[in-house]
Amino acid sequence: MDSPLPLVPYLTVREGRAPVLEGKRCSHCSATFLDARQHCAGCGERDCLQSVELGRTGRLHAFSVIYRSFPEVAVPYVSAVVDLDGGGTLKANLLGIEPDPQHIEVGMAVALDVFVPEQRDEQGRAYLAPCFRPLQEQP
Amino acid sequence: MSTSWIVGAGMIGFGRFPERTVQDMGAEAALLALDDCGLAIHDIQALYCGNVWQANGMIGQKILRHIGQTGIEVVNTANACASGATAFRLAWTAVQAGMHDVALVVGCEQMGRAGLLRPRGQSTAIPTEGVLGSGLMPAVFAEAGVAHMAQHGTTLEDFALVSVKNHEHASRNPLARYQDETPLPVVLGSEMIAYPNTKLMCSVNVDGAAAVVLVSEKKARALGLSRAVRVLASALRTDSWTPQNLAMPDVNTCTRQAAELAYEQAGLGPEDLDLVELHDCFATAELQHYENLGLCAVGAGASLLHDRTVWAGGRTPVNLSGGLLSKGHPLGATGVANLYELVTHLRGEAEARQRDGARVGLAHVVGLGSCAAVTVLAAP
Repeated sequence: MDSPLPLVPYLTVREGRAPVLEGKRCSHCSATFLDARQHCAGCGERDCLQSVELGRTGRLHAFSVIYRSFPEVAVPYVSAVVDLDGGGTLKANLLGIEPDPQHIEVGMAVALDVFVPEQRDEQGRAYLAPCFRPLQEQP
Repeated sequence: MSTSWIVGAGMIGFGRFPERTVQDMGAEAALLALDDCGLAIHDIQALYCGNVWQANGMIGQKILRHIGQTGIEVVNTANACASGATAFRLAWTAVQAGMHDVALVVGCEQMGRAGLLRPRGQSTAIPTEGVLGSGLMPAVFAEAGVAHMAQHGTTLEDFALVSVKNHEHASRNPLARYQDETPLPVVLGSEMIAYPNTKLMCSVNVDGAAAVVLVSEKKARALGLSRAVRVLASALRTDSWTPQNLAMPDVNTCTRQAAELAYEQAGLGPEDLDLVELHDCFATAELQHYENLGLCAVGAGASLLHDRTVWAGGRTPVNLSGGLLSKGHPLGATGVANLYELVTHLRGEAEARQRDGARVGLAHVVGLGSCAAVTVLAAP
């Protein structure tokens, strides 16, 4: 079976290496983007966006525990907004933690990971999605 | 600069009307507004119509097919939940510029089933809901609420009080979808949708329509000013670049900027407001807009609920109509319906929910994606 494909264009997966997030950074004002931009939305400069490998760790900026969704979506789960170390903000699932607000703290350290969602596309192909897990602080 | 005036206002009771078309409801609201000021469709020089889900359906023209195809200029606006507010803003621009003396503004929406929730179109190979977090509105505003809790110590109970208040206010509004009080245990005990927003802390999905007639100073004087309401300010801003805007739509910055512009135009400040109708699409949103609109310092939103400043009878009551949480949120109609509410109070015609001595009111609407509109109205 073919290996799963990256679900989003900013996720890069190479054989035998940890997945990375590739964004764009403005050489003029340092604004960082993950989605498609022609030029810099932060300062309006043109032709100033350069590819940049974003941090693999970050801090939880905000979250919600989702208890009601479409019938095909398993609940509860944690929707997380993470400020990546070094710039960039990403929304993804927070896995590896009880989906309970009492167990989740804004500001907690998290690390990038990937997972394979159950859904397949029309050709039956699987995808890899970015997600976050609590960072195991080294003692 | 001369001033534009609202001379007519109308709104149909919000509810679920699957048997009605959006133009049917829009036409009824338009006639209510015309009858309110004694004008006929022949007096109207332009129609501005706000609608979201049928924005490519020429709804303004379809309304005129019901009430008079006079051949006037029609502009249909779509700006998410600020579509009605944007229609009003364009009418105001045209009247202020002297292009028209009499303009009609209609906001109307037929939501259908779960129209607010199911995303349209998909840019990825498999659906991303529940895979890349949640992009649905309850989550978007829940996350904004959680960020506020972390920064300022706001609690779930603080947010729930917003909903208790707005449902209490709606119990005196015969046009509100729900007119039942919901005490704190009921709000907290309703189904958790997206922490910290329970079901009763989410706006109500309804159909509806509202309309106002906007005229030039010259026309207002000719018609008589006894029930006319002055437009002191109209501002519309979009989301500036902020880092978190990538993952968290920022409706705070554009609200703050629109409010600052509006206060400057009106030559007054938040302390001068007698009532506010603001965009309480979720309980977590309303509390933050107290701060964005300058009703209190940043971080102090909860205090206005506890000291009852924003309740009926308080210094600056917010959402006396019941707001989106209890009156209901028919997207394109919302920005015109909150003008209807202000006009009704500024005329002293709000009966059981009247803000005593109301002289100045502010209306605020957010469109996610994002934009914010702020309008300030004053009694003559």
